[in-house]
Amino acid sequence: MTDMASLMEDRAAAKVISGNLHTPVDWDSPKIARNIKKRYAAERRFKIYGLSAIAIALMALLVLGYSIVSKGYSAFFQTYVQLEIHFDPAEIDPDGTGDPAVIGRANFDSLVKEALRNRFPDVTDRRERRDLYDIVSGGASYDLRERVLDNPSLIGQTRKIWLISGDDFDMLNKGYISADTDEGDRRLNDQEIGWYNALTSDGAVEKQFHTRFFTNGDSREPELAGIWGAAVGSFYTLVVTLLLSFPIGVLAAIYLEEFAPKNRFTTIVEVNINNLAAVPSIVFGLLGLEVYLNVMHLPRSAPVVGGLTLALMTLPTIIIASRAAIKAVPPSIRQAALGLGASPVQTVTHHVLPLAMPGILTGTIIGMAQALGETAPLLMIGMVAFIVDVPGGALDPATVLPVQIYLWADSPERAFVEKTSAAIMVLLGFLILMNGFAVYLRKKFERKW
Amino acid sequence: MSLTFLLLAVAALCALSFYFGRQRAVALSGGRYSNLHSLPAHYGTYTAMWCGIPALLLLLVWYMFQGSIIEAMIVSDLPAEITGDSGRLSLALNSISLIAAGNGEHLSVDPEVVEAGQRLANLQTIANAALVVVMLSTAMIGLALSYRKIAKEMRARNNVERIARYAMIACSGIAILSTVGIVFSLLFEALHFFSKINPIEFLFGLEWSPQTAIRADQVASEGAFGAIPLFVGTLLITLIAMFVAVPVGLFSAIYMGEYASSKFRAFAKPALEILAGVPTVVYGFFAALTVAPFLRDNGAVLGLDVSSESALAAGLVMGVMIIPFVSSLSDDVMSQVPKSLRDGSYGLGATKSETIRHVILPAALPGVVGAVLLAVSRAIGETMIVVMAAGLAANMTVNPLQAVTTVTVQIVTLLVGDQEFDSAKTLSAFALGLVLFLVTLGLNVFALKVVQKYREKYD
Repeated sequence: MTDMASLMEDRAAAKVISGNLHTPVDWDSPKIARNIKKRYAAERRFKIYGLSAIAIALMALLVLGYSIVSKGYSAFFQTYVQLEIHFDPAEIDPDGTGDPAVIGRANFDSLVKEALRNRFPDVTDRRERRDLYDIVSGGASYDLRERVLDNPSLIGQTRKIWLISGDDFDMLNKGYISADTDEGDRRLNDQEIGWYNALTSDGAVEKQFHTRFFTNGDSREPELAGIWGAAVGSFYTLVVTLLLSFPIGVLAAIYLEEFAPKNRFTTIVEVNINNLAAVPSIVFGLLGLEVYLNVMHLPRSAPVVGGLTLALMTLPTIIIASRAAIKAVPPSIRQAALGLGASPVQTVTHHVLPLAMPGILTGTIIGMAQALGETAPLLMIGMVAFIVDVPGGALDPATVLPVQIYLWADSPERAFVEKTSAAIMVLLGFLILMNGFAVYLRKKFERKW
Repeated sequence: MSLTFLLLAVAALCALSFYFGRQRAVALSGGRYSNLHSLPAHYGTYTAMWCGIPALLLLLVWYMFQGSIIEAMIVSDLPAEITGDSGRLSLALNSISLIAAGNGEHLSVDPEVVEAGQRLANLQTIANAALVVVMLSTAMIGLALSYRKIAKEMRARNNVERIARYAMIACSGIAILSTVGIVFSLLFEALHFFSKINPIEFLFGLEWSPQTAIRADQVASEGAFGAIPLFVGTLLITLIAMFVAVPVGLFSAIYMGEYASSKFRAFAKPALEILAGVPTVVYGFFAALTVAPFLRDNGAVLGLDVSSESALAAGLVMGVMIIPFVSSLSDDVMSQVPKSLRDGSYGLGATKSETIRHVILPAALPGVVGAVLLAVSRAIGETMIVVMAAGLAANMTVNPLQAVTTVTVQIVTLLVGDQEFDSAKTLSAFALGLVLFLVTLGLNVFALKVVQKYREKYD
């Protein structure tokens, strides 16, 4: 109110100075000048408030992005350790059969352990040995098996082979565990750090691109956990969502925009759509739990149920966007079609719908992007289970990318923090792609009538 | 036979019937389409619809009821000592379905249960086979009947269009159906809950500790279901979020709409919108792993005891999430204020900020209030940020540095993991859901009313 008051003061001052309204105001009087200065200062302050508000919001975005990228980029690389592996025939294929079934059953883990023992022969204590074996991940033996199955001539040879390291060793190599902290405060003791230094000075520690992160399902071992299972689960869920919400949403939008008479049914539908758009997503999860799981007995944790739940959630988005797109088609198009003898349904399917399609598709993609990022309703219908296998269909138990992020964020291992951030980067990448495509569609097909 | 195959088979039959129907119409027309009432494609669509729609409806009904009918058949054959006890029954049903799926070798259960498991497997095979037969024959019958009906004078187009219109009405009805579904599923389980716990105690009780024993042999305290601490926690976090989102959102909208050059707006507006597109689980991670430790460490420097799951961290991040929501809604209402009002104000010598504060904001106030109310409803229903960054303990406190819990956090904790639809613990989640649904719905309706009632009409 102060500046309104000062505005009034200006007027009052002007009146006093001029004496009456017929003589011009002396705008150069010190009082007025002071007042104007004050008002301009207020103006500048106000503008700065606005600018700083935007700066705060953008800063938040930057900090968010920075914290995720800086935590997550390292997960795309994984530490590997080079060890001299002796492919002992007595261990792999004692009878020399060359039969893949025999080789597949062999204990490759013991080869890795032997290699570690040979590298550090002075480690004899049982507990120290167990620490020593933790340098290499439990997944390394599968790699060795693949290698031997691919190339059976390796049996009997001794080769230097890069093996995937365990998560603590990986964290040490990436600098997340510092050797300078007190021994009791870190996950690795001095002896283990000594082994690391010995291996590093040999040049036997290296970071390689971590393809497993993109090809594996979930795992309890951070170095073996990947996002492929969750990505496939997300894919199936989105397909179900799209197959349901797109046709239903578009048909409903056409009806409401083109055919619906003004009656009570139409009003109720419109009110309902607007309310559904504002219902918290977790409530849709409760609906899914009660209706799909308890009443209809659909399988728990399945992408079908996730898709059914998310379809109800995205429906309002698609209906509202489609209605806007259909409304934007000028009436002259409809009149021309009707004038040439097309029926109302033909008018819509042959003329209105194709012209509205870019707008409808843009809205649908945005709705799908929302569905892809949604977590809470899926927690309700059991998609939080720990699932190692990559789902093979929409009825298999599965999880989705955001839920995988939630699960990893809850895991205590330090190495899961970078996995979580990396999974977030992948999820955001998909969202950027989808939204970018929507923007492209809008730019390319936008039409001014 | 899998569902995918069945659907593909029906789709193939539909395509075939479209072809047959069209061919027949073409043959009947004798080469001159004007002899027909409708276009040949309409006849094709007509037969295809009669082939596909009854079969698909049948499939839908079948899947809705198959599970419960088979379960009822299995349960009716189980001995009374199992069916009498709901806990034993659900355990037995679980083992039965495991055995039926072929994963039950390691289970040590009664012979009746094993037998029931085999029976379930048999029933499922029979049901699936019956479904295939019934569905495909329905499709064939539909095809044959509609094919025979095709004639020159038949009004195929009108028929097809009528069905299309019904389909559209049905699709619009889904919106009503899902609201009804939400209300009934919440109400049904909530009433169940209120038959165990007094609603007064639930709504006004001051203690929340839902850890009741789910199995009889578990050790757990007697549960207390007073939801006031949850409501206080929810309101506290919402309030913190609003302290961030309302000023920042409103000022961004003002700057964007009144001061910014079009170049700056073209950059800043989409950048703000990105904040709205970030999934909530990402905000949750950010709050839990970046903001909360930051606040805790800095609080320690200042000598404050900040909990690592403080309401402040969750609220601040939630506020950031809601900024674009507030800013785009208030941008809309402020840009609707007519130019003549601004020009009038400028003409009287007001500066830009004076115009905004004394003319535009008052004129846009109902819309801004509506936007804030919608944002509050968003914040109350937001789940992932609080699940990941707020606490689980139901503290009655308004100190933002301490851990509080919210309604949505409790719903998630109660329903992830063991569920038992007889225990007040699981059911209380639905009662909380009902409260959440009613409050957010009420806020939205109220926001719309505010906007409609107090909006100044300028034209």
